[in-house]
Amino acid sequence: MKTVGILALQGDFEAHAKAIEKAGGRAIEVRTREEMSRCDGLILPGGESSTMLKLLEYENLLDPLRAFGERKPIYGTCAGAILLAKEVTHPAQLSLGLMDIDVERNGYGRQIDSRIAKLDLNGDGTFEAVFIRAPIIRRVGGDVRVLAKYNGDPVWAEQGRHMVTTFHPELSDDGRVHRRFLEKL
Amino acid sequence: MYLSEEFRLKVGLAEMLKGGVIMDVTNAEQARIAEQAGASAVMALERVPSDIRKEGGVARMANIRIMRDIMKTVSIPVMAKARIGHFTEALILQEMGADYIDESEVLTPADEEHHIDKKTYKVPFVCGARNLGEALRRIAEGAAMIRTKGEAGSGNIVEAVRHIRTIVKEMRHLTILGKEELVHEAKNLGAPLELVEWVAANGKLPVPNFSAGGIATPADVALVMQLGAEAVFVGSGIFKSEDPEARAKAVVKAATYYKDPIKLLEACEDLGEPMRGLDVSNLPEAELMQTRGW
Repeated sequence: MKTVGILALQGDFEAHAKAIEKAGGRAIEVRTREEMSRCDGLILPGGESSTMLKLLEYENLLDPLRAFGERKPIYGTCAGAILLAKEVTHPAQLSLGLMDIDVERNGYGRQIDSRIAKLDLNGDGTFEAVFIRAPIIRRVGGDVRVLAKYNGDPVWAEQGRHMVTTFHPELSDDGRVHRRFLEKL
Repeated sequence: MYLSEEFRLKVGLAEMLKGGVIMDVTNAEQARIAEQAGASAVMALERVPSDIRKEGGVARMANIRIMRDIMKTVSIPVMAKARIGHFTEALILQEMGADYIDESEVLTPADEEHHIDKKTYKVPFVCGARNLGEALRRIAEGAAMIRTKGEAGSGNIVEAVRHIRTIVKEMRHLTILGKEELVHEAKNLGAPLELVEWVAANGKLPVPNFSAGGIATPADVALVMQLGAEAVFVGSGIFKSEDPEARAKAVVKAATYYKDPIKLLEACEDLGEPMRGLDVSNLPEAELMQTRGW
């Protein structure tokens, strides 16, 4: 069984751990470099990207995380997608640059603009997407594959071993996103 | 009730705040310091609880101009406090775009019998509670997050510990009861049976459970989180301490590494003096904030 580390600095890491276990993986919480080294893949959960970034800096985890991403798959949801991006705006913020996407923070607005939407998965049925103060992917590089869109913007995308969603499948009952990530390991 | 789309979005934001620190701020500059240190949200209010305690008078929702400044300055969620039962303060805060409203005992109550009917709002609410019955009554009214009350502005962790221990113990108790006993327990708790049954089946609240009121040090943060709180609110503890920047950073670190003594020790280095603090047992009943609301 594959071991998926959930970056547990802040955010909804517990919900991701449950979703991974349900999808057939083994989940462990990751707060240190040693814990990271035990994982086949890593999930950067939802939460506040600026908080996670600070903690990554305080603990000198930015370089180890980037190095991890150069060898193994990382899946980022919402705040995690912001961390994986090449460029972050609104406001500008440091990021890992592991995926060739540009992301605008809080793209839809404030909490009052949070929403649940049905995504069309191109012949693969629909997916309930929970957007919470979600970012918007404003640009995707040439070899980024867009798996779902909402209002014309990519909301689920992958590039090589890495994957992002701007919504929160860990807050829905549908395990397809987490299963897809497990298949990448 | 708690499975509607709208309620899931409200609880969803609370989920995103887990493992973090929500800091009280009274102006944009403090909000900037909080965000820089790694706060997962800020709570805008006119005066921090220890000043409300000292200065007296009526404590109301924050000044709108200052709130707008704060919202412009930081990219993290901005919460705001409304008086207990003051549903028009809440409507104004919702209109302004607050991300969460705290119907809070820290402000002077506007209604001594009724809390706000929180289900009718699009913005999520957090409410204080001292025990399970109080928590479930607030959830029944529509609160999407509970925080234990503690004693705000005291810098003393004793009440926060009492309240989180009480709620956790009461929840554990429900998990061993039979169906007919739950009906009786719902009556004792003064809470809807549906919610009592949910807690009995799941051993936790149907919404995230955070801690507040008297948290002043990284060790305090780790203590309430080890006792079961999923995140913390720090009020006077930061900006009434000697070095707010260092303390803010330290409590953020403590919320992540609450089970790791080595990291907690690191968080405690070079902190400066904490806020002074009060012996809650010497406070006259009328000065307690936790007894506001029911």
